[in-house]
Amino acid sequence: MVEQEGIRRYVAHVILWIGIAIVAFPVYVAIVASTQDNALIANGQMSLLPGGHFFEVYYQTIFVGTSGSTREPVANMMLNSLVMAMLIAVGKIAISIISAYGIVYFRFPFRMPIFWIIFITLMLPVEVRIYPTYKIVADLHMLDSYAGLSLPLIASATATLLFRQFFMTVPDELLEASRIDGAGPLRFFWDTLLPLSRTNMAALFVILFILGWNQYLWPLLITTRDDMQTIQVGIRKMITTSDALTEWPVVMATAVLAMLPPVFVVLAMQKLFVRGLVETEK
Amino acid sequence: MQKQAIFQSRLLPFALVAPQLAIVLIFFYWPALQAVIQSFLLQDAFGLSTSFVWFENYVELFKEPAYFEAIVRTFFFSFAIAVSSLSLALLLAVMADKPMRGGTLYRTLLIWPYAVAPPVVGVLWIFMLHPSLGVISRYLRAAGIDWNPLLDSNQAATLIILAAAWKQVSYNFLFFLAGLQAIPRSVMEAAAIDGARPMRRFWTVTFPLLSPTIFFLLVINIVYAFFDTFGIIDTMTRGGPGKATETLVYKVYSDGLLGGNLGGSAAQSVILMVIVIVLTGIQFRFVERKVTY
Repeated sequence: MVEQEGIRRYVAHVILWIGIAIVAFPVYVAIVASTQDNALIANGQMSLLPGGHFFEVYYQTIFVGTSGSTREPVANMMLNSLVMAMLIAVGKIAISIISAYGIVYFRFPFRMPIFWIIFITLMLPVEVRIYPTYKIVADLHMLDSYAGLSLPLIASATATLLFRQFFMTVPDELLEASRIDGAGPLRFFWDTLLPLSRTNMAALFVILFILGWNQYLWPLLITTRDDMQTIQVGIRKMITTSDALTEWPVVMATAVLAMLPPVFVVLAMQKLFVRGLVETEK
Repeated sequence: MQKQAIFQSRLLPFALVAPQLAIVLIFFYWPALQAVIQSFLLQDAFGLSTSFVWFENYVELFKEPAYFEAIVRTFFFSFAIAVSSLSLALLLAVMADKPMRGGTLYRTLLIWPYAVAPPVVGVLWIFMLHPSLGVISRYLRAAGIDWNPLLDSNQAATLIILAAAWKQVSYNFLFFLAGLQAIPRSVMEAAAIDGARPMRRFWTVTFPLLSPTIFFLLVINIVYAFFDTFGIIDTMTRGGPGKATETLVYKVYSDGLLGGNLGGSAAQSVILMVIVIVLTGIQFRFVERKVTY
């Protein structure tokens, strides 16, 4: 622009680095704490430099767990979280893409009412109907199961709307061309529409995986067995009300491990993620 | 909007929508309906008999000062979280929007907290600001502040707001950056040629052009503060001390699970549903058409 931007640009760099420092500080503290001796932390004398217990603490966290209220190894919790997140992401994409296909490419009785029934579920989180949903899942004998963990969270319309919007922008000529080639509706879906939706599906996967991995209230309610609990529930159980019993290095190591998969997914697929986010939420 | 080119089939479309319809009906509408019905029922303490009491649960709820306090508290938290995270995110986005070296690096280093789960956010912050062992608490005490968020309700509320805003900054940053990059350079250059200094350009050109994004993010942030703070609150303060950090969602949880008051908890759920529906309505009405990227 017209001004000499030298100093302004310098200020911008400084402000951004301060922002990054604020954002990173809690995680830095967690990483440092996960390498230190618990007695030192409990005395309030934690150092801001890494300690020497890295391997010991992470070995205990991943394979043994705490000696307190939850004795589950974190590896098992991570597996539960992973299965749940994958089921939510893949399940939601699968049922949403076919229902969006049905709604956009066919005329059938009750098409609009069905669309509205699905549409209304938008944005009403599971938290507001938590106890009735719990009761239904219990009645269906799905407590402590992966189905119970994932199905109620699949029941919303965000993905359907995204695919519907995307299908609307697909040129009609494509369908006519496949029809001339003798393709039926399933063939068109499989050979033409699905490959075109790849980017949308990938972006959605990133968002839904993180959403699933980060679920808390729902798994907290419906898992009673320690071996079914997710990492988010496990970490809360590790913080005991009596401070003396909390093994802070293990808790912090668990926090670091709980952050790794979603943060990795975001960083690896940054471009897709950003685009997907901006498109779905609007 | 309708597609011109479509397929003819009588059963296939039903088969295509059936899985989603089934899941939505069983896991969304059925429980939502149950919540509404339950909110009109009164169950005795042992669950042996229930009676239909019309709006008694709602009346009881609104007679309870604690419920009003939870409403006021929730709105206050939402407002504080939204304002603090939006303003910090806007500042960072304006800085990152300038063409500069390392722009992608900055973006990468700023967006990842979005992916951190609320309970983990809670654990990180309670650890840093724990009264006896927190690393920051040490400095607060040295500065003469009697810091104990586990006993002091204002400090507990501050802690929740800080942690919740910390997580949300990255999300708001992304949307602001997208909004800023959608503003045509030529508009800014025209303002610059007219002699508007950077601060003035920001308030007279950028800010108004960004207002749909701001409004959209305000709604999203309020919904976030309502629901996603549950994990933060539960790991940091469990609603305490007293009820100082108990939000509406937390109250549904604690009344239903710990208090065993199913009717009252259901009535609260229904009120929450209405609030969310209104917020969603506002969002669609005012934002859907106006926000363009």
